[in-house]
Amino acid sequence: MVNKDFDIKAFAYFKDGKISLNGSVLYSSSETELPEILKDIYKKLETDYRKFFKMDVLSKVAFLTADMLLKSQNLASEENDIAVILSNNASSLDTDRNHQNTIADKDNYYPSPAVFVYTLANICIGEISIKYKLFSENSFFIFEAFNAQYLHAYANQLLISKKAKSVLCGWVNVDEEKYEAFLYLVNETNEKGNHTIAEINRLYNN
Amino acid sequence: MNKTYVSHNNIISSLGFNSAAVVEKVASETTGLELVDDKTILPQPFYASVINKSKLNLAFAEISEDQNRYTRLEKMMLLSLADVVKQSKNTISDRTGLIISTTKGNIDVLENNSKFPKSKSYLSELATTVANFFNFKTQPIVVSNACVSGVLAIAIAKRYINEGVFDEVFIVSGDLVTQFILSGFNSFQALSTEMCKPYSDDRTGINIGEVAASILVTKDKNNLSNEACEIAGDSSCNDANHISGPSRTGEGLFRSAKVALKEAGVKASDIDYISAHGTATSFNDEMESIAFERLGMSHIPLNSLKGYFGHTLGASGLLETIVGMYSLNQNKLFTSLGFSVKGTSAPLNIITKNTSTSLNTFLKTASGFGGCNTAVVFKKFNNQ
Repeated sequence: MVNKDFDIKAFAYFKDGKISLNGSVLYSSSETELPEILKDIYKKLETDYRKFFKMDVLSKVAFLTADMLLKSQNLASEENDIAVILSNNASSLDTDRNHQNTIADKDNYYPSPAVFVYTLANICIGEISIKYKLFSENSFFIFEAFNAQYLHAYANQLLISKKAKSVLCGWVNVDEEKYEAFLYLVNETNEKGNHTIAEINRLYNN
Repeated sequence: MNKTYVSHNNIISSLGFNSAAVVEKVASETTGLELVDDKTILPQPFYASVINKSKLNLAFAEISEDQNRYTRLEKMMLLSLADVVKQSKNTISDRTGLIISTTKGNIDVLENNSKFPKSKSYLSELATTVANFFNFKTQPIVVSNACVSGVLAIAIAKRYINEGVFDEVFIVSGDLVTQFILSGFNSFQALSTEMCKPYSDDRTGINIGEVAASILVTKDKNNLSNEACEIAGDSSCNDANHISGPSRTGEGLFRSAKVALKEAGVKASDIDYISAHGTATSFNDEMESIAFERLGMSHIPLNSLKGYFGHTLGASGLLETIVGMYSLNQNKLFTSLGFSVKGTSAPLNIITKNTSTSLNTFLKTASGFGGCNTAVVFKKFNNQ
């Protein structure tokens, strides 16, 4: 099947205390600890959203990056047909370890639903979907490392089969003190035709 | 577009170590659930379906001499997939994909007394272990999307085949009964202290079970298994409502089923049987009844298989699809075990006794944390 390539409309990074859109740093934080960086970036993005404070670190990193990217897109206020396809290496292990700490000691046993619910990597997709009213396709993949080929093929198939008009794709990884997000929005149009494996890899490695 | 099929399959569970044996137990209304009193997992006794350790090791010895190298979940998954690879007589090539469906993988290695390295808690490491055992040539894909993972994995396999990435995909799914999972669901007050009673008035929550289930997804019409089905339509829609509670209107499930039916080219009333999610929590079962009423599917015979296996998390959607394929092949509707009296506000046609009837099409649905829902329409393959 020969298809003209789709368009990457926008891309975003969040790493090293900096959050950037389409190659330009929008905000940076001088904080050194991740929880403080997240709070700082949240304030700078001016997203008034109380649910943010209940999220785990993976969801916060994914949410802030997605929020910055989607805000720039003049979306409809009702609902938007944007699929969300995310991936990472460490799944929800950062929060899994927190939950395990609450049950490891029989004399200090305090499992909590507020922690346990985040022991699934796809919860961050749920958080983005709630904020932007995305009643759309979603899936969370775990790869050993960023895999442009698999993300590219899956987004293509969702657009070709008309299961979505746009696809928010990317990599959101949190593992102990390490964190990194790279998201990009693919649209069903064929104007730039830059939704290629080479271009995704180029953007990721930049 | 080429059609894709679900074909050769296996179930490793407390009810047996191959699909036919397990389905025979289901047909005789035998449950795999039992009362477990293991304080290393949960302070109080709980119902679960748990695979017997010595039976697992004995069976595993037939495919590997290396008992100490693999975790309990790896043994279950390798044993399950080995059966499917053998049945399919398939040579694994650079056109063969591998999908692993799991929510928590080897999460038990995080426990203090685990003899395995903590690195085994990474799902990509679990995937590499499975890939290397069978010599897969392509990078494995792990799907970890809460309780819809198992059935979503089938849709994902189909999509990669349609996109031309693979000619066939082996899926292996599995999750364990662990301290991690039981303590978490218990903190949600979602665990039942009795055997679960999906859709019943007196339902009090879920039971957890462990299973490994595997299947071959292929576009090749030749050498399909007897119970093979076409993957006729599939969709996955989010509720965009709440991360741990289902939508009150069943919005995501409603939309998923709508799109899946449309793609399959069938009307809601053409579906012969619904293999639903039915976890036996108050909110989930109620939500499903509302979604099916909105779809005009309240009259279609429906069951939940949780009364046989418990909720097997990342494996449940695949496990229940396999049982559904056998249901179609045997033209038999299986009892929704544990059902007592109607307990949802909208009507449902719960299967209350095993019934022989002509079956050609079924709908498999699942819903999970994060607001995810998946629906897939399967059509019986008749060598047409």
